Amino acid sequence: MAIEKIWVLAESADGKPTTTTLELLTAARSLAGTVEAVGWGEVASCAATLGEYGATTLHDVGDLAGSLPGVPVAAAMAQAIRAGGAPDAVLIPATYDGRDVAGRLSARLDRPVLTNVVGLTAADGGLETEHAIFGGAQVAKARFTGEGPGLFVIRAKSFAAEASGGGAAAVSPLDVPDTGTSGGATVLARHAEERSGPKLDEAEVVVSGGRGLGEKDQYAMIEELAGLLEGAPGASRAIVDAGWVPYAYQVGQTGKTVKPTVYLACGISGATQHLVGMKGSKNIVAINKDQDAPIFSVADLGVVGDVHKVVPKLIEAIKARG
Amino acid sequence: MNVVVCVKQIPDPAAPPSLDTANTLDRSGKLILDDSDAYGVEMALQLADAAGGGEVTLVSMAPNGEVSGLRTALAMGAAKAILISDDALVGSDALGTAKVLAAAIRRAGPDLVLAATESTDGYTGTTPVQVAELLGFPSVTFAKKVEVSGSTVKVERQTEAGFDEVESPLPVVVTVTAGVVEPRYPSFKGIMAAKSKPVETLTVADLGIDPAQVGAAGARQAITSVTAAEARQSGEIVVDEGDAHERIIQFLEQLKVL
Ligand SMILES: Cc1cc2nc3c(=O)[nH]c(=O)nc-3n(C[C@H](O)[C@H](O)[C@H](O)COP(=O)(O)OP(=O)(O)OC[C@H]3O[C@@H](n4cnc5c(N)ncnc54)[C@H](O)[C@@H]3O)c2cc1C
Ligand SMILES: Cc1cc2nc3c(=O)[nH]c(=O)nc-3n(C[C@H](O)[C@H](O)[C@H](O)COP(=O)(O)OP(=O)(O)OC[C@H]3O[C@@H](n4cnc5c(N)ncnc54)[C@H](O)[C@@H]3O)c2cc1C
Repeated sequence: MAIEKIWVLAESADGKPTTTTLELLTAARSLAGTVEAVGWGEVASCAATLGEYGATTLHDVGDLAGSLPGVPVAAAMAQAIRAGGAPDAVLIPATYDGRDVAGRLSARLDRPVLTNVVGLTAADGGLETEHAIFGGAQVAKARFTGEGPGLFVIRAKSFAAEASGGGAAAVSPLDVPDTGTSGGATVLARHAEERSGPKLDEAEVVVSGGRGLGEKDQYAMIEELAGLLEGAPGASRAIVDAGWVPYAYQVGQTGKTVKPTVYLACGISGATQHLVGMKGSKNIVAINKDQDAPIFSVADLGVVGDVHKVVPKLIEAIKARG
Repeated sequence: MNVVVCVKQIPDPAAPPSLDTANTLDRSGKLILDDSDAYGVEMALQLADAAGGGEVTLVSMAPNGEVSGLRTALAMGAAKAILISDDALVGSDALGTAKVLAAAIRRAGPDLVLAATESTDGYTGTTPVQVAELLGFPSVTFAKKVEVSGSTVKVERQTEAGFDEVESPLPVVVTVTAGVVEPRYPSFKGIMAAKSKPVETLTVADLGIDPAQVGAAGARQAITSVTAAEARQSGEIVVDEGDAHERIIQFLEQLKVL
């Protein structure tokens, strides 16, 4: 089965496609002749950018009237796929809503999913996936053996986003069939936490703190340093689980994948599940008081020292530069 | 209110994982309760209590009739368990697993189904939503707070920006994140009581599932290779003598970050 047409699930926020959406469109373009996007909500306002990254058509599910996206979006996609014009593959970002759509679509179409994909290549007329397993120590490759379309759930930062300069995607409405009892979950209210500075997975500099900080209040210096470097603060799971910072800060297997120009790890041991989320960074600086900490095995610059001494001095020195 | 909790029994994550000849995770040793599912069990016990009663039933699919993890969850206070164990299930993918879990859950006829957002070993994070679709239930994933009143559930669902308040009619599948509640430690009394709590063991045939739909054949995916990842080189190490911050500044200057 040759790969001719790929659908990309397009997510948007604040009127713009998410970076992961653009990454998936770029990958899709290199694998198939026809790339189309599927989106909902305000996605039509993104048609120009989606086109620039390679989508010729935007299948728009439109307003969801408060429903969580998983059920209506998957139902609309499944109906269109059954009606003909099915893609050979569907690329879905590994996000909150993306995973919901993937699970729903998989069960509706009775097609398996390959998840936590970090690489995708054409092989023998199909697609071969890459997965970082055992905390990134090994790479597994996999492929579908049955009938398509293949459903792929892909992690952020697996590909670089590059525009191709195409014209705006043509918007075509996608109808949602009756979803019966499964469609009952609705959003009553949305709450956004105040955040300034760049987003964690888009920042050029990430400063992360771990349990080595000792206590919750010490995280303030991580935020201050990140702010001074115009970067984003991040965290290990240990301090997320301890309630010091929200889950959105977590870097690693069950958190975000980041690939900044510089990643500064402060008081983080470097467990494999943390490393898998940050070892793709271009440069890594680690501060840890234990010279045998595994984080040093991936650091370009390792400082054996106390975060409570090194970080405040670093902050003062940067401030002194004005 | 009757609650089903999906609990996965997994190889001890503290031990180094290994692959079997089919390149799938070796599950032949003793299996334990996935930590991620302890939150669902605790949440179920609290919600049943708050609703003024009802049963908490565990559902698990695991090889070799494994019950160790189930006993842990029964010791926490769950009333009974359904275990699906069958050689035909070896090599199942997430969808095959969901077909089995959905069929078992249907027998229990719950008002609410709880699962973890993702398991510790396979972490596809898709199984519970597939289960919901197969049952025709709504689903709310990434719950960090769950409240049931009457025939609706209210959930605070994590989002990229913060959280959404979501409401859904029962029956519904809800997946909970780590840290939603503090799982209790089983008491000595609980551990003793767990030994005599009922565990119903079922096969694929008992559930009326076509064996071709599950196991390695049903998975319709193949692992083509497993290789060591490219290792990252470690670089310069400096021991802080009170001036290490200067070396970091230099490094950041070289990268033009400063
Ligand atoms: C299925 C699964 C998924 C997981 N997913 C993730 C994930 O996504 N992200 C993640 O981060 N983890 C994840 N983990 C957890 C991971 O295994 C580690 O437990 C966690 O990363 C440890 O966090 P930490 O480095 O902050 O804490 P610790 O491992 O406790 O390390 C603290 C470090 O601080 C150092 N230290 C102490 N005091 C000081 C000081 N004064 N100055 C300098 N250094 C000091 C210590 O030497 C130590 O190295 C996962 C685990 C599992 C099982
Ligand atoms: C490294 C690795 C990668 C894998 N990648 C894929 C893949 O890309 N696609 C694929 O289809 N399969 C994949 N699998 C296989 C998959 O993990 C198994 O099929 C598993 O049975 C179900 O998926 P999960 O553990 O990922 O579930 P998740 O969806 O992550 O589990 C979420 C929750 O569902 C419940 N649950 C899941 N399994 C059970 C169970 N057996 N009994 C009771 N409750 C359960 C638990 O509450 C669990 O916490 C992978 C396995 C491994 C080890």
